[in-house]
Amino acid sequence: MTTAKTDGAVGERPAAPATPAGPRERERMRRRAARRRGGGWWPYLFLAPWFAGLFGLTVYPMLDSLYLSFTDFDLLTPAKWIGAQNYTHMFSDDPVFWDSVHATLLYVLVSVPLKLALALGVAILLNRPLKGIGVYRAAFYLPSLLGGAVAVAIVWRQVFGGDGLFNDFLGWFGIKGQDWISSPDTSIYTLILLAVWQFGTPMVIFLAGLKQLPKDVYEAAAIDGAGTLTRFFRITLPLLTPIVFFNLVLQIIDGFKTFTPAYVVSNGTGGPLDSTMLYSLYLYKKGFTDLQMGYASALAWVLFLVIAGFTAVNFIAGRYWVHYDDDID
Amino acid sequence: MSALTPSAAPLQKLRSLTGPRRILLHTLLIGVALVMLYPLLWMLSSSLKPDTDIFTHPGLIPTRVHPRNYAEGWSGSGNSFSLYITNSLIVTIGAVTGNVVSCSLAAYAFARFEFRGKKIWFGLMLGTLMLPMQATLIPQYTIFYNLTWINTFLPLIVPKFLATDAFFIFLMVQFIRSIPRELDQAAMMDGANPLQIYWKIILPLMKPALVTTTIFTFIWTYDDFLSQLVYLQQNARFTVPLGLTLFLDKTSGSSYGAMFAMSTLALAPTLICFLVFQKRLVEGLATTGMKG
Repeated sequence: MTTAKTDGAVGERPAAPATPAGPRERERMRRRAARRRGGGWWPYLFLAPWFAGLFGLTVYPMLDSLYLSFTDFDLLTPAKWIGAQNYTHMFSDDPVFWDSVHATLLYVLVSVPLKLALALGVAILLNRPLKGIGVYRAAFYLPSLLGGAVAVAIVWRQVFGGDGLFNDFLGWFGIKGQDWISSPDTSIYTLILLAVWQFGTPMVIFLAGLKQLPKDVYEAAAIDGAGTLTRFFRITLPLLTPIVFFNLVLQIIDGFKTFTPAYVVSNGTGGPLDSTMLYSLYLYKKGFTDLQMGYASALAWVLFLVIAGFTAVNFIAGRYWVHYDDDID
Repeated sequence: MSALTPSAAPLQKLRSLTGPRRILLHTLLIGVALVMLYPLLWMLSSSLKPDTDIFTHPGLIPTRVHPRNYAEGWSGSGNSFSLYITNSLIVTIGAVTGNVVSCSLAAYAFARFEFRGKKIWFGLMLGTLMLPMQATLIPQYTIFYNLTWINTFLPLIVPKFLATDAFFIFLMVQFIRSIPRELDQAAMMDGANPLQIYWKIILPLMKPALVTTTIFTFIWTYDDFLSQLVYLQQNARFTVPLGLTLFLDKTSGSSYGAMFAMSTLALAPTLICFLVFQKRLVEGLATTGMKG
């Protein structure tokens, strides 16, 4: 703070003019004093790269994308304004758009709850003084870390293929498998399974949350004779709701963004019968395969609004079920 | 005993498991761990099998070891795999440098200064955390297209120098807040300016946060398939994930072994990072989650 004062003084204009300071002048001086307290232009210097990124790579692109979404644009020729046509086409006569919405909603709404339930369950099992807990934690977290890798998606494709590992496993029980990847009824579920397999990230966050829970509440409950289930539903879950909420918001956003496995598993086609055409994949295809950048921009804005909508609904609904520390005491 | 100290018995029950319950828990956890790791072990084992054995002998132990898959895969997809690895290295090193420099600068400003609209800027920064990259992908692509940066590594590296990964700014802000302000103030008394304080005090003390940023940036950039797919179009510029997809285009099913061999190699850097920094990775994630 003090350094800024001496630094700033050098470059400053001569202090207070001879004329009586008007309200504007006084305001300016007050502001300058406040700025000095904050370090003058120093914070802006440190933030300069971030500001450049925020405006150059986020704010401007968002606005540009909004504009492009009302145009016909193929990258090579100038964008042509076509009004709301992209949007009306999307909603009224683009069956693939609806296929992608269907696949994505199914993917998000099935995988996220399963993933969170598994993550919480395993975190509770791991929240015990147990030998080798670090090894378990590592083993469960590893798939999440590898999650987005192309190599993992390639493996998945083989595991659930017609002569893949999964069918061999079913064979042990005398069940005759099928080609899970190339059947439109099941292909999306192989992607869902891949997402659930990656429950490690929310698990680690749940585990950190469980470690913070006050021990005395449990001791009191145990003395009162509360059983395991009662303790879980009456203490653990309510105290953990902020973490559940955090994980839920994050996983839903993540789910909507999923691209790599859908691309790899379907060889970039979203097939069979668009069953794995996750929204991000459709957006990619429209923009970069078909060079319909205007249409893809409209798709991007719809995705952005849907994610923002889901997040907002989460926050509003969260008021009714998320308990923060002060509610409990 | 429990009559004398009524709280002891239930406490014991909570704190440690004994006998059969402990064994049951271990069995359960080992079972889950096996299911979790099985696909990866299967990939490793398949990478060592001759193609004909991969689907006929699905067991984990190869009956015949066939290491030639690695040699075939290495040279077998257009370019040598060493080219893809070099390209991935350039991109990840650039991204790591960018994130460490730009995010730590921004985090220092947010953690240590008061300035106009700080709350709003900070809120905006957190907001960008939730913004899907798909939302800005197309206009960003047109920007880089107009700069004729397509098919270079610049679109993958330059944004990192502009602190676009808000997650790391947030992580570092949290970390800097735990460094006592007295240290800055003492340095200030000695006549250090904020840049010197950042360089000589904050940066050395936030090394753990920088290491976490480095590892996560490395892994995420290395695995980031969508941006590489969009920006790199010529085979000679391909990175490891793109090189891997070349195996998928081959319709003949004769190169499974080579494909698994290269998939295993592709996962190796991430796996090594994970094994070396496991604790730090998990903790970095857990603390961010807590404060979110």
